[in-house]
Amino acid sequence: MATAILQFFKTFMLWELLVGLKLTGRHLFRRKITVQFPEENTPISPRFRGLHALRRYPNGEERCIACKLCEAVCPALAITIESALREDGTRRTTRYDIDLFKCIYCGFCEEACPVDSIVETHIQHYHFESRGEQIMTKEKLLAIGDKYEAEIAAARAADAPYR
Amino acid sequence: MSEDLVNIEVDGIPLKAKKGTMLIRVTDEAGIRIPRFCYHDKLSVAANCRMCLVEVEKAPKPMPACATPVAEGMRVWTRSPKALAAQKATMEFLLINHPLDCPVCDQGGECELQDVSMGYGEGISRYSEAKRAVKDKDIGPLIATEMTRCIHCTRCVRFGEEIAGLRELGATGRGEFMEIGTFVEKSVTSELSGNVIDLCPVGALTAKPSRFTYRAWELVQHASVAPHDGVGSNIHLHTYNGRVMRVVPRHNEAVNETWISDRDRFSYTGLGAADRLTAPMIREGDQWVTTDWETALTRVVEGLRGQPAEACGALLSPQASVEELYLAQQWLRGLGVRNLDHRLRQSDFSDQDRAPLFPYLGDALEALEQTRACLLVGSEIRKDQPLAGHRLRKAALGGARVMAINPRQVPFNFPVAETVSADPRGMVLALAGVARAALERAGRTAPEGFKALLQAARTDETVRAMAQALAEGEGARVLLGVQAHAHPHFALLRALAGLVCETTGATLGYLPDGGNGAGAWLAGAVAHRGPAGESLDAAGQTPDQWLQPGLKGCLLLNVEPDMDCEDPARVMKALGSAAFVAALTPFAGEALKRVAHVLLPVATFAETSGTYVNVEGRWQSVAGAAQPPGETRPAWKVLRVLGNMSGLEGFEYLSSEEVRDALKDRLRAAGVEGFDTVYRHDGASLAVPEASRGLQRIGAVGPYGVDSLVRRAAPLQATQDAGAHALARIHPRQARSLGLEEGDQVEVRQEGLSARLPLALDEAIPEGCLWLPVGVAATRHLGRSHGAVELNKV
Repeated sequence: MATAILQFFKTFMLWELLVGLKLTGRHLFRRKITVQFPEENTPISPRFRGLHALRRYPNGEERCIACKLCEAVCPALAITIESALREDGTRRTTRYDIDLFKCIYCGFCEEACPVDSIVETHIQHYHFESRGEQIMTKEKLLAIGDKYEAEIAAARAADAPYR
Repeated sequence: MSEDLVNIEVDGIPLKAKKGTMLIRVTDEAGIRIPRFCYHDKLSVAANCRMCLVEVEKAPKPMPACATPVAEGMRVWTRSPKALAAQKATMEFLLINHPLDCPVCDQGGECELQDVSMGYGEGISRYSEAKRAVKDKDIGPLIATEMTRCIHCTRCVRFGEEIAGLRELGATGRGEFMEIGTFVEKSVTSELSGNVIDLCPVGALTAKPSRFTYRAWELVQHASVAPHDGVGSNIHLHTYNGRVMRVVPRHNEAVNETWISDRDRFSYTGLGAADRLTAPMIREGDQWVTTDWETALTRVVEGLRGQPAEACGALLSPQASVEELYLAQQWLRGLGVRNLDHRLRQSDFSDQDRAPLFPYLGDALEALEQTRACLLVGSEIRKDQPLAGHRLRKAALGGARVMAINPRQVPFNFPVAETVSADPRGMVLALAGVARAALERAGRTAPEGFKALLQAARTDETVRAMAQALAEGEGARVLLGVQAHAHPHFALLRALAGLVCETTGATLGYLPDGGNGAGAWLAGAVAHRGPAGESLDAAGQTPDQWLQPGLKGCLLLNVEPDMDCEDPARVMKALGSAAFVAALTPFAGEALKRVAHVLLPVATFAETSGTYVNVEGRWQSVAGAAQPPGETRPAWKVLRVLGNMSGLEGFEYLSSEEVRDALKDRLRAAGVEGFDTVYRHDGASLAVPEASRGLQRIGAVGPYGVDSLVRRAAPLQATQDAGAHALARIHPRQARSLGLEEGDQVEVRQEGLSARLPLALDEAIPEGCLWLPVGVAATRHLGRSHGAVELNKV
C-alpha cells in the first residue's frame, strides 16, 4: 500500500525526469571536450597511420632501395613496385604505386621497411576529385615526404623509446 | 644383400648405404636435412664451409657430413646439442664478414645463407669489430659480382675446374684475405659460365642482365625446353607479369643434368628487342602499314595462290616446333608448294635420299659419357652443343680418345687425342685416310665406289691412330657436327663416316644445328620426304635449286634470310625478285622488311606451346609461359587458320597437342621403329674433290648467331663469342705472304661481292684458308660460306 502511494507521487512529480536531468546538470558545469572541427583537431599519436610518404636521406638521396618487402607484406595488395639498376649501379624503383582505395592503413609497409623509407604520416585530411587520383605515385609520395619531413622525423623520434 | 652395404643409424633411424658413400649423400636420400654451403652433388667435396658438422659416435669432434664416409655400425646425430652447437658456431663465423644487405641483394628470398641462418643463426650479432670489404670484379656481361658477400665455399672455383674445364675463377690469399676472382683481369668466357649464378649459395655471383629487376618470390615458374641446340636442355622460365625475367635449369639427369648453357640461359633477353613485331604488317608500295589479322592472312593466302605453286618455296626454321613445321608442310603441300626445307645452311644435298629418318645422335646423350673413342667431324661441340660437349668431356677425362677433323684447330676443354685441321678438301681426304687405315686394319678391300677417294686419301700417323682408336675403343662413335652439315662435300663426309663406322664397328651419329633439327625431319620439313619419312609422289627441289632468280612466291617461318641461310647474297636476290614473300616472324628485321610483302607476328618458344625433338629422339612438349606482345599469335594457330582459309581438309586442330598426336599417329602408321645408326653408300663412284686455287673461304656460325632470338640477346652479343666481334681469321704465315698484319681492316671479295672487317692472325686456321664467321652482320652481304675469295688491305 505504501509503495503504491510513493509510486503515485513519483509519477505525479516527474521524479525520474529530474534523476535523468541530474546527469545533464552535472555536465552543464563540467569542462567542455568538444573539438571545433575543422577549426580545431583532436591530438594524434606519433604512431598515427595516415597518408603515406617516401622519405629521403638528409643528402637528398631517396631512401627506397626497391627491396619490395612492403609489397610482399601488404595484406591488401595495394603496393606495386618495379625496380631496375640505376645508372650509378644502385638498386632503385622505377615505379612505386600505392592504391589508396585498396590500402587498409595497417602500417605493415612501414614495419617491413629496412631503411625507414615508406612511412605513414599524420596526414588524415585528403580527398580525390577524379578517378585515378587515388594512386599515389613515387613522385607524389616523395613530395609528401619532402614537405613533411620535419613532422615525420619528430614522430619517429617520439616513438623510438617504445620500439 | 650385397656385401658393400653397411648399416648406419642417423638420428635413431636405421639406414643402409653403400660403404664409402659420403654421409651427406646418404642423409639426403633419406630426407634428413643437414645444412651445407660448399657441398654440391655434382662437384668434388671440398669440406671447407664446415656447416655440415654432425656428431658421430666415438669421434672426439664433430665431423663434416660431406667428407665423412659411412662405415658399418656408425651412429650419427645431426641435431644433438653437440652437433647444433658446432653448426651454430660455424654460422656465426660465416656471418661475421657477410654484409647485411639482403634488401638490395638479388639472391634475397632464395639465398641458402638466409635459409640456413633462419635455422641456425642467432637473432643478434655479437660481433662489433670492422667487417671486411672486397673489391668487386668485372667478369663480363653475364655475371654480376658482389664479392663482399662471398663466403668462400669455392663452388664456382670447382665448377670451373671440373665442369667448365676452364680455370677462370680462383681463390687468392688465405683466411681473412682470401678472395675469389679471375687470375688475370679478364672476363669469364666459358659457354657454361652462367651456372655459377645458380651454384653460388649467396648473392656474390648473380645474373647481370636481370640485375635488380625482380625478387625471387614474385616469379612464376614454367617448365620449358631451350630451342637453341639439339640437346633440348630442360629449363624453367621465370615470369613476372607475363614477362620472362630469367631462365634457370630444370634438373633432368638424362638431358642436361643440372646445367644449362649461357645461350639457353640468356637468350630470353632478346624477347623484348626493339624490332619485335607486335601487329601484322603489309607493304603498300614502299610503306609498311600495320593492319589486322584478317587482312594480313587473306593477303597471304591470295598472294601465294596468285603464284604458280612450282615456282614457290618455303624456308622453315630448324628452331620451330614440331607442330609448326608439321602444319607448315601440310598447308604448303596442300597448296601444291613442294619446295620447302629447314636445311638452311646445308649446301650439299646429293645423298639426301639415303639420309636416315632423322639426324640421330646414335645413342642417348648419357651414353656419350661411356664412349671410349669418338671422332668429331666438323664439330665445335663445345660451342655448338655445350651440354653434349660436357658429356664428351666427362668421357675424355675418363680416358676416352676424342679426336677431331675440323676446318680449324678448336680449343677443346678436355684432352684431345688426335686432331686434323684442314680446308674442306683436306677434311674429306683426312676422313678418307681414316677409312683407308680402318680397312687395312680389318684386312678388307675398299668398296667399289670409294676406290678413287681412298687412293687420294691422306696417309699419316694421325689418321692411322684415329682408325685404331675407333676400332679398339668400346662404344666408339663418329659424330657429324654442324660444320659437317654445312660442308660443301657433306655427302662425301657422310659416305666416308658410314664406311669408317661399318669397318670399325663404331656408331654413326649426327649433331645438326637448330634446336629441332631432328623434329623437322620427322615432321616432313624437307623437300624430298613427307611427315614420318613418307616418300612423296613428287619431291620438291632443294633450296640451292629453287632459291634462284625466277622465284615467284616464298614463305619464311622464323627465318632471317640474310643471317640464317647458306649464300645470303643469292637468297636475298632470289627473294628480292619474288612477286610475293610472306614471313611469319617474331622480329621485323631490316632484311625481312626489304624482301617481304606481309609480316605476321608469331610467338617465340617462350610464348607458345610446342614440341621439340632432340638429337637423341626425345620428344619434349612444353606450354607457353610468357605473354606474347601485342597481336602476336602462336605460329601453329596462324598456320592452322591459313589452312582453313585455303579451304584445305584436316586443319581442325584445337590444341598443339592434337597436332603433335596427329604426327605421332603418322609415325606409328609408317611403322617407324628404332633409329638408324648405320649409313651405307649405294656404290656409285665418289669423285675426289678438286683441289682449289687461291685463298679458300671457310667458316661457321658462332654460338651466339644461331637464330634470330639469340642474335638479339644483348648480353650474349656483348661477349667475345658474339657477332659484333667478328674477325676475318688467317694463319700468320699466310698473312705475311699477303703483307697483312693483325688488326688490319681488310676487304674480302667473293664473286663480285665484298665485305670489310678487321683481320686477326690465328694459327688455328689452316694455311690457304680465310675464316669468316657466318650469321653475323659483317658477312651477310657475301655469298657461299665456302669457295674462293680475295683479300685486300683497305
